[in-house]
Amino acid sequence: MADASAKQVLFEPIFSNNPIALQILGICSALAVTTSMNVTLVMCMAVIAVTAFSNLAVSLVRTQIPGSIRIIVQMTIIASLVIVVDQVLKAYAYEISKQLSVFVGLIITNCIVMGRAEGFAMKNGPWLSFLDGVGNGMGYSVLLIFVAFFRELLGAGSLFGVSLMPVVNEGGWYIPNGLLLLPPSAFFIIGLAIWGLRTWKPEQVEEADFKMSRHTVKEAF
Amino acid sequence: MEHYISLILKAIFVENMALAFFLGMCTFLAISKKIEAAAGLGIAVVVVLTITVPVNNLLYNTILREGALGWAGLPNVDLSFLGLITYIGVIAALIQIMEMVLDKYMPALYAALGVFLPLITVNCAILGASLFMVERDYTFSESVVYGFGAGVGWALAILALAGIREKLKYSDVPEGLRGLGITFITVGLMSLGFMSFSGISL
Repeated sequence: MADASAKQVLFEPIFSNNPIALQILGICSALAVTTSMNVTLVMCMAVIAVTAFSNLAVSLVRTQIPGSIRIIVQMTIIASLVIVVDQVLKAYAYEISKQLSVFVGLIITNCIVMGRAEGFAMKNGPWLSFLDGVGNGMGYSVLLIFVAFFRELLGAGSLFGVSLMPVVNEGGWYIPNGLLLLPPSAFFIIGLAIWGLRTWKPEQVEEADFKMSRHTVKEAF
Repeated sequence: MEHYISLILKAIFVENMALAFFLGMCTFLAISKKIEAAAGLGIAVVVVLTITVPVNNLLYNTILREGALGWAGLPNVDLSFLGLITYIGVIAALIQIMEMVLDKYMPALYAALGVFLPLITVNCAILGASLFMVERDYTFSESVVYGFGAGVGWALAILALAGIREKLKYSDVPEGLRGLGITFITVGLMSLGFMSFSGISL
């Protein structure tokens, strides 16, 4: 990946190498914050900012870090960035930061940030690392926004808090599907999204552990 | 006593770390292909959570909380913004120490847990439990109980998932769903099962 072009680094993670759907990174905080679009967008921006700048910072000091303590150095950089994001959110978007509760803090242990710092920024220059951070942050955001879109539209009949399909309780016609506001629905939507993505890009399909033998009929004579 | 029993049951079933809050999902999905591996990781999480949550609770109440530095003559200092970096530091350091102690005194257990200990540093369930503890203002003894309960709940969930996945690999899954996709849907169904506990108030 050393000679990868900037464009490739930026756009590859969005569909071809999506952090959530293929690399199994960063699922932890992805699911609990997707009940409404507003909250999800704020979370996505926070994650993009943290991945991009932590990649940049780690890449800048990558030649000075001794290998044995690199994890703790990366942790410190990431934790400081998350504190900044947390304080900014508390200052300018207090309501939303209350709804996100502990999940802003959990960006620290979001495997995307650590994984990209360790896997990409330690080996590449600052500019490419920065782009890689933005790209992976966006790959995460695309899937999150997709999930949040369905959960808020079908679960509450609205988008960004604006009612699109008036619900029965308020005299409208739409009976909201309460299941979509509950945690399990996020798993189903992501599972189905992965199915869709892999049907579109068949090279991502995993090998089966066991092959089914062909169905044969033996007739008795 | 009753209070603590209800707290521990709540932490294990109603507010299950993995299935109700989605914490520790990355390791949850990655290390659940085999029951033995899942059991090792589960035990490691229980041990680490039982230690780190109370330690972070002590740190928060004696140093970080607003006005907690009154004993040092600084009653107006509020260090709670340093919380995140403190908790993660404590977790990383404790895991390192545990690794060394186990290596020296309990080599058998160390060999069993070995690979999983470093992984736990980036397990969101550990940091998540500390953050929930702060948000809900638990006392010290409550935090011990909560840490243990949260760990047991997580271990239970990963064991159950590993059991299902061991059977699942013999089934004929549609191509695109194979592997990660079907695992997500399985976890969703398990999570629905655990939701049935949510009506219980203790």
